[in-house]
Amino acid sequence: MASDHPALVEFRHVTKRYRDAGSAAGDEFAALDDVTLSIQTGEIFGVIGESGAGKSTLLELINGLTAPTEGEVIVGGADVAELDRAGLRALRRDIGVVFQGVHLLSNNTVRDNVRLPLRLARREGTAPQTRRQQREAIDEILAFVGLSHRADHFPSQLSGGERQRVGLARALVSRPPLLLCDEPTSSLDATTTGEVLRVLSDAREKLGTTVVVITHDLDVVKAICDRAALFEKGRLREVIPISSTGPRSLPSYYDQVKRELM
Amino acid sequence: MSWLTDLLAQYGDDFAKAMAETGYMMLVSLLSAALIGLPVGMIVFLTERGGIAENRVVNLIANLYINVVRSFPFLLLVVFLIPFTRFVMGTSFGTQAATLPLCFVAVAIYARLTEQILREIPPGISKVARASGATVPQAVFLMFLPEARSGLVYALTSAAISLLSYSTVLGVVGGGGIGDFAMRYGYQVYNDNLMYLTIVIIIVCVLAIQAIGHRTSVRLDHR
Repeated sequence: MASDHPALVEFRHVTKRYRDAGSAAGDEFAALDDVTLSIQTGEIFGVIGESGAGKSTLLELINGLTAPTEGEVIVGGADVAELDRAGLRALRRDIGVVFQGVHLLSNNTVRDNVRLPLRLARREGTAPQTRRQQREAIDEILAFVGLSHRADHFPSQLSGGERQRVGLARALVSRPPLLLCDEPTSSLDATTTGEVLRVLSDAREKLGTTVVVITHDLDVVKAICDRAALFEKGRLREVIPISSTGPRSLPSYYDQVKRELM
Repeated sequence: MSWLTDLLAQYGDDFAKAMAETGYMMLVSLLSAALIGLPVGMIVFLTERGGIAENRVVNLIANLYINVVRSFPFLLLVVFLIPFTRFVMGTSFGTQAATLPLCFVAVAIYARLTEQILREIPPGISKVARASGATVPQAVFLMFLPEARSGLVYALTSAAISLLSYSTVLGVVGGGGIGDFAMRYGYQVYNDNLMYLTIVIIIVCVLAIQAIGHRTSVRLDHR
């Protein structure tokens, strides 16, 4: 990744300790230990490592869901720890998040699920959109993820891959500069993973979104990431530059079977 | 069927009055369940440890109210509240006065049911609320209530049936109503047919409430 791009997210000697619930009082363990890294505007940044390596903590530090024990997290030039509640809410509305489980509202249609961030933004006047503008934004982003024909369906009527793409549309509808994805493909098969990765890659190309993607699937990293940070027990082991091969290069399920079993 | 027309001719007016009294008690207590009980239950859910508006003191107070009211055997609550009822309503006797203790119970029952239903919302929804920068009112009105609406309707049905049953006790403070009718015009004067008939009518009412609640709840549910 070209280094002339400014850093969108910076970790400076960040440590996050949690009290260890399982052991004697006062014992703590470090979910993240002295992590320093920066994520450039416009890159797709992978975060890899085994369970318990601190990947999810890293993500929660970026949108201020948890505060660092030591060090600083700088997002868009602002120290997340310095923000007041309104500031934190504003920051979170500028960061799209996609979870592994997607968590769509089951009694809302696809369209209304995608509308949610726009309705949240209206309150503090950050995006005073008319209904018509909202509708256009929703139609546009649904077309972007290839789900225009599903707009009036309910989540229970969708497949897993479709639900994940609705989650992406919801995260992207307000055009946030930064998108965080926590294991976006781990419950999907090879074909649907490909669809999700295409959306992530397009989000960077066409919407200019910076993407941070947590995953344990190395094929995902290889397909779309520019760099990947390898974590091991809370420590940043290495940041690896990747020459990504594109979402289309993702091995098919048959390829995977051939590679792993035959 | 002549016994039926005889009964109607003799007791029709008193029966209609009893039904109206029950209707009044049910309406007022269900309104307080929906307008006060639901918010109280929502507050318990939101202020719980790990909730999006965690607050131990508020959580403790709301829970204490629910638990204390629910601990009372209903008849004792009615008697216990007599001085309070007199203070608030000016009298402790009659249908309106009797409705007050019923409202206390309605709020407590429905608050607890509301909390239970909200707990069944997948925790991921709270995660989304937090991560997307929703304020607490936004999370309540745009996410939690729409997600829980079908369960909330079904729980209101269940509360209504409990309240119908509670309301029959209110004869002791002159609350009247259909249960009191069955006791005084049926049981106490050995008019068993009238008592049985009234019980059948109560059963029909319960079936109707249940059917309406079930259908509405199913229609609201897209899960």
